[in-house]
Amino acid sequence: MSEPRKVPPMFLSFLYRLRKHDVPVGAQEAISLSKALMAGLHDSSLDGFYYVARALCVHREGHLDAFDQAFLAEFKGVEGEHIRLKEELLEWLKDAKVRLDELSPQERELAESLDLEELKKLFEQRLAEQKERHDGGNKWIGTAGTSPFGRAGKGREGIRVGAGGNKSALQSADARQYRPYRSDLTLDIRQMEMALRRLRAFIREGADEELDLDRTISETAKNAGELEVVTRPPSRPNTRVILMMDVGGSMDPHADMMSRLFSAAKRASHFKELRTYYFHNCVYGRVFKTEKFDEPIWVNDLLHECGRHYKLVLVGDALMAPYELFRQGGAMGVNDRNVVPGIQWLMNLQQHFRDSVWMNPEPRNYWEGTTIDAVRQVFEMFPMTLEGLSQGMAHLTKGRHARRSAA
Amino acid sequence: MSDTPSFHGTSSYLTNEALEASVNCALVLQKPLLVRGEPGTGKTLLAEAVAEALNTKLITWHVKSTTRAQEGLYHYDTVQRLYDSRFGDGDVKDIRRYIRLGPMGEAFKSEQRVVLLIDEVDKADLEFPNDLLHELDRMRFKINETGDEIVAKQRPVVIITSNAEKELPDAFLRRCVFHFIDFPDRDLMSRIVEVHHEGLNEALLKQAMDAFYAIRNMQRLRKRPSTSELVDWIAMLKNMGLGDVKLDKNLPFLGTLLKKEQDLAAYADQVAGGARWRS
Repeated sequence: MSEPRKVPPMFLSFLYRLRKHDVPVGAQEAISLSKALMAGLHDSSLDGFYYVARALCVHREGHLDAFDQAFLAEFKGVEGEHIRLKEELLEWLKDAKVRLDELSPQERELAESLDLEELKKLFEQRLAEQKERHDGGNKWIGTAGTSPFGRAGKGREGIRVGAGGNKSALQSADARQYRPYRSDLTLDIRQMEMALRRLRAFIREGADEELDLDRTISETAKNAGELEVVTRPPSRPNTRVILMMDVGGSMDPHADMMSRLFSAAKRASHFKELRTYYFHNCVYGRVFKTEKFDEPIWVNDLLHECGRHYKLVLVGDALMAPYELFRQGGAMGVNDRNVVPGIQWLMNLQQHFRDSVWMNPEPRNYWEGTTIDAVRQVFEMFPMTLEGLSQGMAHLTKGRHARRSAA
Repeated sequence: MSDTPSFHGTSSYLTNEALEASVNCALVLQKPLLVRGEPGTGKTLLAEAVAEALNTKLITWHVKSTTRAQEGLYHYDTVQRLYDSRFGDGDVKDIRRYIRLGPMGEAFKSEQRVVLLIDEVDKADLEFPNDLLHELDRMRFKINETGDEIVAKQRPVVIITSNAEKELPDAFLRRCVFHFIDFPDRDLMSRIVEVHHEGLNEALLKQAMDAFYAIRNMQRLRKRPSTSELVDWIAMLKNMGLGDVKLDKNLPFLGTLLKKEQDLAAYADQVAGGARWRS
């Protein structure tokens, strides 16, 4: 074969586009993709490229929709893109000849009867049609049955029953059928439970109550077969969590989500202790044990009761009037004449607990230029989405691993 | 690349371009193929189809909630050995007699290339997939008790299935070629129903499918009905001799499709809401 083919820059720009759409791709994906393309897996067609790139760059269904969007943005519309794409497709075309031996004799004859110039003409003709993608989905380069490149070599096997239909890559990307799977949109109770499960940690402490089978066997073996029973303390969950939730006012639209999070946390059996408290807008001197702001508990008492090892999860939109956060007496409605401004309370909380995180149900693009910015400087903040929740939970356990390796 | 086989489905397994691209990527790049999708979309069948298409043996490893990564490699039967040492059966000195290879070990040891299916990997502990990373990458592992190393003679084609609802570790995901099996569209679904209920009344089929997809498209459902629910539901309709169904609050045997109380409430809500809109 000729010299190694270079990876067209188009792929790299596409990879960066994916990153912009929050599809995490890196060197590993770039290498796999270029290997696949060099092996000709994309069948020299844009459709083929779409499927190969999707298989290699997307790792979870939550990213499929973002991938589709990135693909559309990269390959649709812009006139200039078409020209560049065309040139690169022509590059592939030259390579298509290499794979002539895969074709049946008739097909090869057909392919050879067309010289490169003619092929180019055919190609450009098709490309022109592609712009009007509504009336010619099945004429795409690569899927057209008579085309000597693309799928022609495969049709002869006659197995392609119900094959992907006539939908082109761009059309299927446009349909956005994976929208329901986006991980930054939906969060049901089970997904929350799965995310919370990340917080679990077990520790063996207390009396030796459990039979340690493995060690019993090995001790017995060492003891020349005389039974030697080994016991150990049972493993118990060792995570204590404090959940503080903002209710009322601007949080009302998120009430449903909050109740789901609450039940997910309550159902989680892997916490040694779970305390839930409510606050309105911001934490001031007190938090409340009920949603109706009954049974107040002083934050200072709470800090006294709960050691640094509790994991603090605050959930709220952190949206309020600036004076509610920064001014003395800024608390609204809860009858708190707060001498200490809200932001100071937040800082106290953050400093007390080793691991803390703020989950925010507001969409991320609304975070700029509001009180959220200020709260973010105090707490590590994540959006209340499937992805954000897992990141938040990972953040809470990060310290644990760091300490473990330091010890 | 002529030595790399490629996959185009089999006579009984219907594929599409996306699936073929994923399978062929996995074959060429020699990476595991991770197949995800809702229950009842034929994830496990895919592995059988690939094995059939490549004309190789299929080794299946069913993962359960208690499965540990080690079990896939080998198991050292200490209890049997202790037992033998006490009652004097066989040669206890030879540890190898007590090493039993797991599915992954079998796949590595096989002379021919095989397809290794790791089924429902999400069932096990969160860390389970991570424990397999090294073995999947290097295709070799060491038996600690004997010092023997098992190296794959022929890199097996690894296919891993997982339910859509669970998260898998990133490090694991990055190493796999990913394929998400779409939920069957109407055409495919009609053919699937046809397989289960041969010669079903056309009108009933159409109405049932209308209702089914309408329900699936409803917002706020926590568990959307899938293929098996549809098949069961149609079986019920057939058994009761019902000729037609309509999407309203009296939809017969709704409990077959929706199994959660909240979903039934959401359904009633939306059907009532729709009626109000129309009137």
